[in-house]
Amino acid sequence: MAGTIVFVDHFEGSFNPNSLGVLARASQSGEVTAFVAGSGIDDSWAAGLGAYGASRVLVADDPALGSLPQPLVDALEPHAREATAVLFGAGVVSADAAAGLAARLGAGINCETTDFTIGDGGVTAVRPALGDTVMVESTFASSPAVILSRANAFPADPVGSGTAQVERVQPTVQDWSAAASLVGREQASRGGVDITEADVLVAFGRGIGGPENIPVIQELASALGGEIAATRAVVDAGWTDYSMQVGQTGKTVSPKLYVACGISGAIQHKVGMANSGVIVAINKDVNAPIFEFADLGVVGDALTVVPKLTEALKSR
Amino acid sequence: MNIAVCVKEVPSATSAKRIDPSTNRLDRSGDSELNPFDVHGLEEAIKLREAGHDVGEIVALCMGREQAQRPLQKALALGADRAVLVTDEALAGSDISGTAYALAQALEKQNAELVILGQQAADADCYVMAAAVADHLRRPLVTQVAELSLEGSTLRAKRQTEHGYDVIEAPLPAVISVSDAINTPRLPSIKAIMGAKKKPTDVVSAADAGIDPSRVGSAGAKSVVANVSPPPAKDSGQRIEDSGGDSAAAIVQFLSERGVI
Repeated sequence: MAGTIVFVDHFEGSFNPNSLGVLARASQSGEVTAFVAGSGIDDSWAAGLGAYGASRVLVADDPALGSLPQPLVDALEPHAREATAVLFGAGVVSADAAAGLAARLGAGINCETTDFTIGDGGVTAVRPALGDTVMVESTFASSPAVILSRANAFPADPVGSGTAQVERVQPTVQDWSAAASLVGREQASRGGVDITEADVLVAFGRGIGGPENIPVIQELASALGGEIAATRAVVDAGWTDYSMQVGQTGKTVSPKLYVACGISGAIQHKVGMANSGVIVAINKDVNAPIFEFADLGVVGDALTVVPKLTEALKSR
Repeated sequence: MNIAVCVKEVPSATSAKRIDPSTNRLDRSGDSELNPFDVHGLEEAIKLREAGHDVGEIVALCMGREQAQRPLQKALALGADRAVLVTDEALAGSDISGTAYALAQALEKQNAELVILGQQAADADCYVMAAAVADHLRRPLVTQVAELSLEGSTLRAKRQTEHGYDVIEAPLPAVISVSDAINTPRLPSIKAIMGAKKKPTDVVSAADAGIDPSRVGSAGAKSVVANVSPPPAKDSGQRIEDSGGDSAAAIVQFLSERGVI
């Protein structure tokens, strides 16, 4: 019987901080089992999850378990069936695995969770919804409850110095689950500017029209003594490099000043920059969600406003 | 190869969104539209056909209200060959689990080797539907695809992770969700809008789609909204309406007052 299971994602020997945050938070409600899956996992490394609140770590070690989500569902399934709650930190693989698991078990799933309780009275989960204009608290009519946290919702701080007990489990991966295969990886460029270190970031989204307008943004960044950054959408579209990306699958930044140009402010972006000191948003769409959390919202075309702003800053 | 594109009716971007306190569900009484993220799925299906792949038919499949026929007309105008609307009082109030099950049951009847979803629904911000549907269908999955190609019966997809991009291959039949940056959807021509009226829309009940009513709707929901409350209060920011760049001085003054320049 495993009451609460937290799936802990990892990459190149590092645990996903969102997984660690959920693990640490869940451990406040009682004993927690961490679940680590992969190939060639070191027991003592897995045992280190004790520092984040795990009392036990289930290790599923199999060559079929890599960085694709579907085999992970197979590995989790028998243990999840016995659990009260199965929790996942935000992440690309975790999100797919959480949803696949919920479907497999016919379980309720809460996404973008920013708070939860696990107790004798059942499991509850809270998520912001409708552009973070309401907080929705849900209960579950299934066991387990599946919870997928919002990015950066829970700090990945150690909660003790404990070492968890490690137990190896043998997964059975189905043929169809293993049918997709990772055939290549295009690494993010690791050199260049680290946008997490910048005091000022001028970020752009699709609202600046096209990659030909990036120099306009760069000029404002230079005038402010900062760097440029970008949204997931423009990186996916190939306008600029992945290393410039702010948001859920990109960097989490907290500069003193964040100027968002032509960025709608989708949740996936917001979670990566909401802790910035001062947020200025320039967007021609008066309904853009970014205006809900900007300190200064400028309703106007970024391509018109930005050059004038650069000019005004230079002439000071 | 047939392609099914799952589409959703969502409140218009410009309409105020609220949760109806009497039902704890999204108030859908205002204007609605085709989920803009799903338009990228339709566009990608059409692009596969235009690229010379043997695409038999493209079906737009929607679970929703009767009124969803209007956004489905747009899906037809954008290039779907036919539409299926699964609508039933029994489906109202379905949670993610119930919706995924219902979509999977309806998809089983469509004989589509490739199932495409948008990356998320604009109303519920739900971005996990593709993974749940794939598990029900027991098919390989790639979510948030930013580049897609097909070679024979194998798809090749590039998708972003927290560490860069993964390139994933999967055999058909498969389920994918597409990034909103995968393509730039075209606008339907007047001719296509007129032509859409002649394309068939099948309106089917839950029973027609093989859906067990006990697993869907409010009654079958495994995630139940218990309470809706306002978010923690925060200071609202300042707002400036720009005209031709005339806001520059005010922005500089604001930055100066806040001590960031």
